[in-house]
Amino acid sequence: MTGWIAVLMLAAALVAVHRPFGDYMYRVVSGRDHNVVERGVYRLVGVDANAGQAWGVYARGVLAFSAVSILFLYAFLRLQDRLWLSLGLPAVEDHIAWNTAVSFVTNTNWQAYSGESTMGHLVQMAGLAVQNFVSAGVGIAVAVALVRGFAARRAETLGNFWVDLTRITLRILLPLSVVFAVVFMVGGVVQNLSAGVDVTTLTGGVQHITGGPVASQEAIKELGTNGGGFYNANSAHPFENPTAWTNWLQILLMLLIPFSLPRVFGRMVGQNRQGYAIAAVMALLALGSIALTVGFETHGAGTVPQAVGAAMEGKEARFGIPGSATFAAATTLTSTGAVNSFHDSYTALGGMMPMVNMMLGEVAPGGAGSGLYGMLILATITVFVAGLMVGRTPEYLGKRIRVREIQLASLYFLVTPLIVLGGTAAAFATGNDATALNTGPHGLSEVLYAFTSAGNNNGSAFAGITVDTPWWDVALGLAMLLGRFLPLILVLALAGSLAGQHSVPESEGTLPTHRPLFVGMVAGVTVVLVALTFLPALALGPLAEGLS
Amino acid sequence: MRLPAWLAQHLAALRALLVLTVILGLAYPLLIVGIGRLPGLSDKASGSMVSAGSTLIGQSFDGDPRYFQSRPSANRYDPTATGASNLGPESVVDTLSGDPSPSLLTQVCARSLAIGKLEGVDGRRPYCTPDGVGAVLAVFHRDGLTGPVTRVVSVNQTGTPFLTTYRGVTVEPAGNGTDYRALGAVITPIRGDAPADPVVPADAVTAGGSGLDPHISPAYAALQAPRVARERGLPEARVRELIAEHTTGRALGLLGEPGVNVLELNMALDGRDNEPHASR
Repeated sequence: MTGWIAVLMLAAALVAVHRPFGDYMYRVVSGRDHNVVERGVYRLVGVDANAGQAWGVYARGVLAFSAVSILFLYAFLRLQDRLWLSLGLPAVEDHIAWNTAVSFVTNTNWQAYSGESTMGHLVQMAGLAVQNFVSAGVGIAVAVALVRGFAARRAETLGNFWVDLTRITLRILLPLSVVFAVVFMVGGVVQNLSAGVDVTTLTGGVQHITGGPVASQEAIKELGTNGGGFYNANSAHPFENPTAWTNWLQILLMLLIPFSLPRVFGRMVGQNRQGYAIAAVMALLALGSIALTVGFETHGAGTVPQAVGAAMEGKEARFGIPGSATFAAATTLTSTGAVNSFHDSYTALGGMMPMVNMMLGEVAPGGAGSGLYGMLILATITVFVAGLMVGRTPEYLGKRIRVREIQLASLYFLVTPLIVLGGTAAAFATGNDATALNTGPHGLSEVLYAFTSAGNNNGSAFAGITVDTPWWDVALGLAMLLGRFLPLILVLALAGSLAGQHSVPESEGTLPTHRPLFVGMVAGVTVVLVALTFLPALALGPLAEGLS
Repeated sequence: MRLPAWLAQHLAALRALLVLTVILGLAYPLLIVGIGRLPGLSDKASGSMVSAGSTLIGQSFDGDPRYFQSRPSANRYDPTATGASNLGPESVVDTLSGDPSPSLLTQVCARSLAIGKLEGVDGRRPYCTPDGVGAVLAVFHRDGLTGPVTRVVSVNQTGTPFLTTYRGVTVEPAGNGTDYRALGAVITPIRGDAPADPVVPADAVTAGGSGLDPHISPAYAALQAPRVARERGLPEARVRELIAEHTTGRALGLLGEPGVNVLELNMALDGRDNEPHASR
């Protein structure tokens, strides 16, 4: 019962803050003034902040920034033993460094390593955590560019990538992170540069209590829907997530930006109700998924949960089952991938829900930015499907959905399933599924989960599987890279195509896209597309396990 | 000399990354470290240390009967190797030979039996044998999944099986290293007649997520109270008082679950709760 109160409190908090916070973000991304710090940044970077960019230029900016980020982070990881605060840890192995660099730049934060035994403090804060900020900034920038495409009238340009990235990072992500890092410290999250200290336990043993700049990383980890834990245990670790209220706050932070961006969208296209409709689709899918996840876990089906009397394996006592299951749903409904409990030990169907959430394409509400652009693609597909059914000309927000638009939208939807299912098949074809910890259908679930998480840039795992082998690091690195940048280029191409169009006036034949009917249709199209794509794979893994 | 456009763009990207690294990767975390040094925050930012460790990080009490015991841990409470067991809900067949590893079910059964013995209560659980392993049969049918039963093996026991017969077929003990699933058997856990609501609580027989869980449920603390009181020659009421003092309720009365901080409780029993803390 108390579990539902926590969910209701989350919903109430989001309803209360999404408007003012969304309005604030709207002013940040649509303002024309540059403050003194930003002008300094533009001068150092050497860009003209007032120049608009066509979609191709914008996309090349995104790709150049991400490519440089991957190389920089890779070098950082490979050289960490020669830098300060490495805690005496050696250079990160080449395949793990590649995997990790791609992982953090793509906002995935899949971790093939264990933080406390691999990463020094400098590489955590100046390498990994920087990408937590800027990868979220890139996601939001691309979403904003797509919305500009819908809002524009015969425009050549989509805004300026460098300006968007700088403003989103410095005006939205940084101030909120400062505030919440301090709040997390009040809750007990550590923030120091200590290499750790050995203590004598009550029974005379020795325990090494670790240190680290954790609070500063924790805030942006959730806010930027990143999810990479400072420690291997991620948000289950008491130094990352010490109490039930910090746990609740972490869930809220994951959902905050993704649920507020539809407000930004509504403001930018000049019709707030369009934003509410998108938020309603997200909320509908999210509430359904949270209810199912908490329901399955609380019910506790399966041999071991029945023997135990509750699905408590892998869950911390202070969070309990609802507090763990709600976190698991939220972390996969967004693209966060932080975990406060270990999904591998969930009940068969409870563990299937995080997978289903990711397979939805992480649109309910999705990652910072990527959730909004994913949902707008689905809305575009829905308009097209609805247009086919009733013989109306498909148009969305005054823009015609022509052949080019629907091609780009369809390709967007097809890319990720291809990566996920292709990758899973490749793992089995090459015998690399043998690194799974569990056997039978659960072993298949571990492999399927890994590629679903990487392809959708989530980063959570059925963590029993061993993935620090060269094959897994390379394969999942490619899955993350393609799963991030192919959709992103398609989104920007779509934005460019939409921006160049005239606006068509609403007519008798226009399908209203702010009514409950449309909300229901988008949710329906999303679920049907995903079910058709992934049901066979799920049937071999979690469904086989749960129904046997 | 003018640089080609693609090169200029990558140089701009590199400059942007360096500028942002200074702001977000150095200034920001160091600012938070600085704020964490302020009085009121510094104890927490440095790890909530006490003389025998950190109140946030659980410890193993090694079965010492004078202490309250923590939950099981997948890494023996080692903060340099945090994490969970990651074993699934149908992890029910033990690996008996080679590199032997018990299934999650057997771990649960063994823990329950041991705790039952330590606390002098009934340690039985559903799907567990009386000798504390998973009660699991490999059932062979004539036609694969159907037809009459031809052979039954108790997969987790090499000694006397927990059942003598199953559907009229004598149950055999397991042979070392045989994978009965690969031979075509249907793995069948047997519920048995243990109560559905076992005396030993759920958190006592499962490992947490971090391997460092500092809390146990009030139910598990209550189960241990008589033994700790007896071992220490304390009145049980006094031990219950201490448990209550170190129990945290739900946050804001609504969030999470109530928990008893095991290290704090044990330090209070030892009279060490007012010692100065270990330094960083």
